[in-house]
Amino acid sequence: MENQNPTTGTSAVKRGMAEMLKGGVIMDVVTAEQAKIAEDAGAVAVMALERVPADIRAQGGVSRMSDPDMIDGIIEAVSIPVMAKARIGHFAEAQVLQSLGVDYIDESEVLTPADYANHIDKWSFTVPFVCGATNLGEALRRITEGAAMIRSKGEAGTGDVSNAVTHMRTIRAEIRRLAALEADELYVAAKELQAPYELVKEVAANGKLPVVLFTAGGIATPADAAMMMQLGAEGVFVGSGIFKAGNPAERAEAIVKATTFHDDPDVVAKVSRGLGEAMVGINVEEIPQPHRLAERGW
Amino acid sequence: MSPVGSGPTIGVLALQGDVREHRAMLEACGVASRAVRRPAELDGLDGIVLPGGESTTMYKLARTFDLFEPLRSALRDGLPAFGTCAGMIMLADHIEAGIVGQETFGGLDVVVRRNAFGRQVDSFEEPVEFTPSWAEPFTFPATFIRAPWVEKVGDGVEIVARAATADGGDRIVGVRRGCLLATSFHPEITGDARIHQLFVDLVTAR
Repeated sequence: MENQNPTTGTSAVKRGMAEMLKGGVIMDVVTAEQAKIAEDAGAVAVMALERVPADIRAQGGVSRMSDPDMIDGIIEAVSIPVMAKARIGHFAEAQVLQSLGVDYIDESEVLTPADYANHIDKWSFTVPFVCGATNLGEALRRITEGAAMIRSKGEAGTGDVSNAVTHMRTIRAEIRRLAALEADELYVAAKELQAPYELVKEVAANGKLPVVLFTAGGIATPADAAMMMQLGAEGVFVGSGIFKAGNPAERAEAIVKATTFHDDPDVVAKVSRGLGEAMVGINVEEIPQPHRLAERGW
Repeated sequence: MSPVGSGPTIGVLALQGDVREHRAMLEACGVASRAVRRPAELDGLDGIVLPGGESTTMYKLARTFDLFEPLRSALRDGLPAFGTCAGMIMLADHIEAGIVGQETFGGLDVVVRRNAFGRQVDSFEEPVEFTPSWAEPFTFPATFIRAPWVEKVGDGVEIVARAATADGGDRIVGVRRGCLLATSFHPEITGDARIHQLFVDLVTAR
């Protein structure tokens, strides 16, 4: 037998955890009952939060980390991984979430930022973090700070997929552009991306981020999920889209199936039937600039 | 895919999980691979890999898309298989701490406990001794992510790896019977194809 001690909190286990979620759907839940519905529908993980983004948007006010009792209740209720959100820069909320034993922390623009200059130093945690990004530079800055998974931001709580599309297309196009550059052009590219050269070089060489890339923010239907997967997302976060719709259980299951069979229109068509009302939704264009969540974080 | 007749083709169950990593490992072993989501994609396979991911999700999708019974009977009829983490759970005849109604493909007479090593904050890396009866032993840099362990093995099941635990004991984290191989950890994310090669050897030696 080897005598070496097990090592926790390494990059391999943090990034590896996200690899295991690929091809799956992570669902926002606000109660243990919803978490159970999500698990039964085939979710790969749930995101525990106090209010789904659509309600945060409607009700306003400062939006914070969830009540530990509520998170405990959800951890108790399901066997799949449980994620939870901390405010941007709020390392003490993140410490609390780690102490509760959540499996992933989302340093999320959906909550009210706690620090308008700094994000959390994610390397100093054992628990891994996922962060949102609207473009490649932002993604690489989050990875530099220790994020082990990236999600395109989209515009949470809208049911409008357009920003998710823009952000995913932007990130993927910027990666393709990097991959096409000459080696001596990467220095300027790093400067323009405001990201470390070593990381830029790695992305250029591999043609992909060094961590898993999911999509989020506005996905409300099986076809939305299928489109985002075809655009290069490795998995899907669904926030308000499930429990703000009629028949959440059916819709959750349909989005799971459409994510796996995203390239098969017959399956997506079949699972899209009989789901009832999708969430009502708001057009991102109609939201005044200061109320757009994607613009939080930098 | 490889030209006809040039070697085995190994499927990777692609309902959810780290499919790409497994396919890259098989490619490193010089073996053609195929993603499997539908029953017809099982045709002509020489073996199958069940990847890491969420076993509850894989079960649900396999049932819904009518892959569950065909794959279960293929395994029963001797299709070689290699399962990692969730894949180990799917190959186990018995599981502990599954969700209500969760079934497995089965084939390995073992009892596997889901998430036995704990939550993500307990996920760890540790070198393990890999001791296959059909090859030389070696030390492998193992990565355990919300990993299961094997609680009990039935007759004829060979233990190929154990991991030391904090209490000074150890747990079974690798098992094999015939052409079925399973590990609690994820050799596919280490960039080290030795365990995949051992599986390929089992497939080609048949």
